[in-house]
Amino acid sequence: MVLAIGFEGSANKLGVGIVRDGQIIANCRRTYITPPGQGFLPRETAEHHQQKVHEVLKEALDQSGITPDQIDVICYTKGPGMGAPLMVCAIVARTLSLMWKKPLLGINHCIGHIEMGRLITNAYNPTVLYVSGGNTQIIAYDRRRYRIFGETIDIAVGNCLDRFARVLKLSNEPSPGYNIEQAAKRGKKYLPLPYCVKGMDVSFSGILSLMETKIDELLKTYTPDDLCYSLQETVFAMLVEITERAMAHCGSDEVLIVGGVGCNVRLQEMMGVMCKERDARVFATDERFCIDNGVMIAWAGALAYSSGTRMDFSESYITQRYRTDDVEVTWRD
Amino acid sequence: MDESEPQLLKQGAEARVYICKYLGRDTVIKERFQKKYRHPDLDVEIVKERIRNEARSILRCKFANIRTPALYLVDFERRKIYMEYLATNITVKDFIAKHGTANEHFEKIAKTIGETLRKLHDNNIVHGDLTTSNMLLIPKLQAGAEQIDPAWLAKGHVELVMIDFGLSYTDASIEDKGVDLYVLERALLSTHSNYEDLFAIILKAYVVSNPKGNANETIKRFEEVRARGRKRTMVG
Ligand SMILES: Nc1ncnc2c1ncn2[C@@H]1O[C@H](COP(=O)(O)OP(=O)(O)O)[C@@H](O)[C@H]1O
Ligand SMILES: [Mg+2]
Repeated sequence: MVLAIGFEGSANKLGVGIVRDGQIIANCRRTYITPPGQGFLPRETAEHHQQKVHEVLKEALDQSGITPDQIDVICYTKGPGMGAPLMVCAIVARTLSLMWKKPLLGINHCIGHIEMGRLITNAYNPTVLYVSGGNTQIIAYDRRRYRIFGETIDIAVGNCLDRFARVLKLSNEPSPGYNIEQAAKRGKKYLPLPYCVKGMDVSFSGILSLMETKIDELLKTYTPDDLCYSLQETVFAMLVEITERAMAHCGSDEVLIVGGVGCNVRLQEMMGVMCKERDARVFATDERFCIDNGVMIAWAGALAYSSGTRMDFSESYITQRYRTDDVEVTWRD
Repeated sequence: MDESEPQLLKQGAEARVYICKYLGRDTVIKERFQKKYRHPDLDVEIVKERIRNEARSILRCKFANIRTPALYLVDFERRKIYMEYLATNITVKDFIAKHGTANEHFEKIAKTIGETLRKLHDNNIVHGDLTTSNMLLIPKLQAGAEQIDPAWLAKGHVELVMIDFGLSYTDASIEDKGVDLYVLERALLSTHSNYEDLFAIILKAYVVSNPKGNANETIKRFEEVRARGRKRTMVG
């Protein structure tokens, strides 16, 4: 039985989560929200995390009802992500490790998303679509690695959505993606946009630059709602298509959607229709688990820890680039 | 009747593939059925373009002497392409999975892949979906032989056939060719990660197979595309 605490702060969410033997006993989070039209920058985001980390930690300990001496391992996000915010959580985790005399484990953020999704949905060996502000990848497990079959060749889908929300000056509260999703529900008129699939890879930069440069002209014929609708329909169709390509290539009949964009209900719905057409099943989670959180880091850490992975204190650094397939998966056959 | 009742062979990455007799020949019908998950306007546009790409590239390949299934008929209305059925085949993916690199013909096949890609690119055709699922090995009739040797695969009597040209285009730019190689490298790394030198053999054959032409620019662009991928930030 492993009791793990996890700290996540690779982007604008700060999360602390605690798991005991696959049971989530605390999942606490704060989000750094910027004004409409603005993205989050490393320094300000790190400051936010610094200011909030004590209260979130306390909340998580209270929620779980555990005391620090019961903890087996302290986990933090090693990367990928923004340097300064990552550093905040790494330092907190290091300090606690010394204070509480507990082992420390640095975790790959993407692996956290995948294992969280598998835990919540019980998907067995799915093709994984990992979609967030910084990542767009199609992943499948094979011989001790989560292998990347497809990915974006330029910007991540979440980045495309967030930047479009900024063009329209949509609110960042609770998140730009959520507000695009709501606006898209009201959209009616479909604007054809560049559709760019290359094998199992995709590209979104063409869509974004078209939207950014032509926005004034487009708003003469389309409402902001129409544009959100057209954007979603196009980029999600691309994502579903490359997922299907990977499934055909790997002979898989399960899909798991993870990452912040994964809580978009329209994306889940489109994936479901595709799966139905090929007798496959789709698994997804809601914003509690999809969006960056501490539990995913705690759970991935618990799995690694139980299978014997250890990390020396001297290795407790962070890394802004850390690929999903760099991690040896010691907890699966 | 021109056409016998079609039998479903496979549901591929985007189409259903059926076999039937058409005008007395063994025929594959590739149907790009309507994908209900996407907007109907987008669906119609995509399918029209894919069928057009596939038919056009198959014809281009024929002129360039690159082996593909022969094209029989294009039916835009019913979203179908009719083509030659290669009844005896194994995908390169299955071949590698079953026989691995230990197979004495492995290197020859990898080289053939490189040479074929180079030929495609020299003719400004970009495949667009280079995976080992879209490359078939079929038996090759040996000189003087009357029929196919049943042990064709073990003896290495194989011919490489490129299929699935839906994402292809003709009049490809250097960037397109670079991306084509990048897509292949990534597909090989994920699918055949235990055969690390596979892509290197393919790339070498790609470079040397046409001493007259110049592949340097494409290789340079491929390396740039790859570097862009590595530099990409991964925040969130
Ligand atoms: N001409 C053919 N002869 C024999 N088998 C074929 C032929 N064309 C396709 N297939 C089989 O059907 C599968 C899917 O066909 P493909 O053209 O790749 O469609 P998709 O775009 O759906 O992947 C191939 O992997 C291959 O096994
Ligand atoms: Mg195919």
